[in-house]
Amino acid sequence: MSGVRKINRREFLKRTGQASGGLVFALTFGSACQPDSQAVGPAAKATASVAPNVYVNVRNDGIVEIYCHRSEMGQGIRTSLPQVIADEMEADWDKIEVIQAVGHEKYGDQNTDGSTSIRQHFDLLRNAGATAREMMIAAAAATWSVPAEECAAREHAVHHEASGRSIGYGDLVEAATDMPQPESATFKAREDYRYIGKSMDTIDGMAFTTGAGMYGIDTVLPDMLYASIERCPAFGGTAKSYDEAAARAVAGVVDVIRMPEPTSPPLFNVQGGVAILASNTWSAEQARKKLGVVWDRGANAAFNSDSYKDKLIASSSAPGTTVLTRGDADVDADHLVDATYYAPFLSQAPMEPPAATARINEDGSCEVWACTQDPQSARNTVAGTLGLEKEQVTVNVTLLGGGFGRKSKPDFIAEAAWLARETGRPVKVTWTREDDIRHGYQHSVSAQYFRAGMDADDKTVSWLHRTSFPSIASTFAPGVTGPSGFELDLGLLDAPWHVPNMRVETCEATAHVRIGWLRSVCNVFHAFGSCSFVDELAKTKGRDSKEHLLEMIGPPREIDPADDGGKYSNYGQDLEKHPVDTGRLSAVVEKVTEMAGWGRQLPDGHGLGVAVHRSFLAYVGAVAEVSVDENGKLVVHEIWSCIDAGTVVNPDRVHAQLEGAAIFGMSIAMHGELTAKDGAIVQGNFDTYPVIRMNEAPAAIHTHIMESDAPPGGVGEPGVPPIAPAIVNAYFAASGVRVRELPLRNAGLT
Amino acid sequence: MAVEFELNGEAVSLDIDPTMPLLWAIRDMAGLTGTKYACGKALCGSCNVHIDGQPVRSCAVPASVAAGRKITTIEGLSEEGSHPVQVAWRKLNVAQCGYCQSGQIMSAVALLERIPNPTDEDIDAAMSGNICRCGTYTRIREAIHLAAEDQS
Repeated sequence: MSGVRKINRREFLKRTGQASGGLVFALTFGSACQPDSQAVGPAAKATASVAPNVYVNVRNDGIVEIYCHRSEMGQGIRTSLPQVIADEMEADWDKIEVIQAVGHEKYGDQNTDGSTSIRQHFDLLRNAGATAREMMIAAAAATWSVPAEECAAREHAVHHEASGRSIGYGDLVEAATDMPQPESATFKAREDYRYIGKSMDTIDGMAFTTGAGMYGIDTVLPDMLYASIERCPAFGGTAKSYDEAAARAVAGVVDVIRMPEPTSPPLFNVQGGVAILASNTWSAEQARKKLGVVWDRGANAAFNSDSYKDKLIASSSAPGTTVLTRGDADVDADHLVDATYYAPFLSQAPMEPPAATARINEDGSCEVWACTQDPQSARNTVAGTLGLEKEQVTVNVTLLGGGFGRKSKPDFIAEAAWLARETGRPVKVTWTREDDIRHGYQHSVSAQYFRAGMDADDKTVSWLHRTSFPSIASTFAPGVTGPSGFELDLGLLDAPWHVPNMRVETCEATAHVRIGWLRSVCNVFHAFGSCSFVDELAKTKGRDSKEHLLEMIGPPREIDPADDGGKYSNYGQDLEKHPVDTGRLSAVVEKVTEMAGWGRQLPDGHGLGVAVHRSFLAYVGAVAEVSVDENGKLVVHEIWSCIDAGTVVNPDRVHAQLEGAAIFGMSIAMHGELTAKDGAIVQGNFDTYPVIRMNEAPAAIHTHIMESDAPPGGVGEPGVPPIAPAIVNAYFAASGVRVRELPLRNAGLT
Repeated sequence: MAVEFELNGEAVSLDIDPTMPLLWAIRDMAGLTGTKYACGKALCGSCNVHIDGQPVRSCAVPASVAAGRKITTIEGLSEEGSHPVQVAWRKLNVAQCGYCQSGQIMSAVALLERIPNPTDEDIDAAMSGNICRCGTYTRIREAIHLAAEDQS
């Protein structure tokens, strides 16, 4: 290697054209979408543009910029959102440029959570495209002095059939500049869609396959410090002492700073700890190990998940608070069956851990770059942390290396912002995997008690469901002692069972860790319990699981939990527009069992299991085929998954979400478990918190989308809930053993 | 001290602690961010790079191991993403969030260099060190078969 010229990092970057990815990113994704700035892309030849609304900007070089105000975390929204706008606008797919929007209320809701991007915004996006189209038509009509009614938009241009004239969108910018922004416009007919309903290639495909995609962890700013934070093992504890000198002695360390103490309730605030700031990530992580922090573990020091499990089960075995009642669930029955189901704490564990970069500008304002699911919440949290007005905070949204709910909590962004101000330099905070698993916002542990009463003909006449879990509300308010609010929506109050007597109760549970949400939230354990217990009933009755499941769902009808006193908010949507339709639920059961060849002769040791669940306004049925050998080796051979999500925008991404949900659900079924000892989460990395790998993945995941012109339902989350019960039911079919606790590895299965 | 190696065909000399994992040397010091951190313990494969053509988890080898050798990262795999594996990945829209895919692709390229026409079993054996939390495994299998066809 002699003759190699020594180069410093900055010179290297310059020479290799890789000039600090973060800066390039900031220019193309960040500065270009400053609120109210004229949006111009990096390669733009445009000299003028006009914005019909906040989502669309038409440049006079013919490019239509589309602002994606939702975060990309693998669901493909940076492709499907432009599909909707471009379709309604009659813009050509190869003449659009997608720009990631900053966090700003002018875009409306940006919280990329609850599978809402399409289901809540479909009409808004269509309107954005349709009004832009109408503006182009008005501009052309004015240019030609003809009535707008005589003009039509098609293929990125406006046409006047009578005179045979056409003008491209780019050439209409000047004429449109002084036009009023139309507020509403007629939507295209379904049969005229060009992009909606078509499988379009992911627009980020090149970035994803060349390493060019910029995630939260990839931001680099000039003069930036790299931070790593040592946090108390138990939530809410504080540092008593630590060896600052030893940490400072590590080469590359620039500063050691004690973080603000945790608050109660935690909200999205920084949670204490000791931060190391260094010239690179590795130095910061090494110095953490030298701190030797002595902790006061605080109020949760005695928390132990083993004894907590006993407590939860006890809580669910006694009457709780009734939240829904139909008839008399205690009515005399010929015989009763009951069971208790338990599921543990889970971590979202996105492959990219939480990471954020912040810079304080000379005027005191703050700019951050972060993998956030909710840039407006991040903006508010940073403003609150720094005592700024939110107008002084700019949140640039990077790509997210997975989210699964973790990245809708902006605590890590607040950490970066706070440290940037303390140090006076830009700071990137990167969580280690251990930080992510141990110090996150955990998905709730839960215990559920079910009791069903049957008449002499084995028909189910009563149903009691009690649920007990520490509530997400405990993260935001003091004194929360049990399930509440929207959590009751999640597979609890909307039970589809056709049973004349039903009661649903919630039971007490107090939180000792920060409770958050994970892909499909409480639906994970409610579907696991309900669909497993229904299968148990089938077996006690000697019935076929599928036939019995359909019988439990009953005839096609619309359910309104309010009829039985349930306070149900239907994922924020009108029941009239999005009814709880048992006919659609049965239809996905019929379809998915047909796909799986339900009833066919299976090899020895194999079993099929079925489950179905409505969540986030979509209906998903799943079938798993498993086998188990004498050593407890459980193999999931194939999974079939069928969704009715109403109208879908990009079928390929919907299939992909179902495939991914099958693997995510398998991780929950087979492996997922966090435990706590003396207040601290025991697991720390993918060795102790395993997730499904390629060698465990099914040979095939078969997916199907039901044809429907119903309004769109959710897609990202609904595929998850039926997977674990389908596998548990399949395991029963294969082995005759009923497992009522997750994960299955605790039942001796590998 | 300086650690000198060839990075995507470019000679580099990094003034670093030689025990710094190659991952952080590549990301923080050389400024190539396509190689990802996700576990730091050689458990997930997101940080896979090639050293003299062999796949290596860069989070678990000190930078000194790279001294005098040729390192290839995802950025150096091909001009403009033209490697058959990258092309196959795009044809099948394998990636969801994309974060682990640099490592997946580097593992797949190494597999196909070793076994040009792998079976599903070969793929499972070679790729099980790479975690994808989005769950793209079945498409990865398919894409590797497609790349194998395209290469032959």
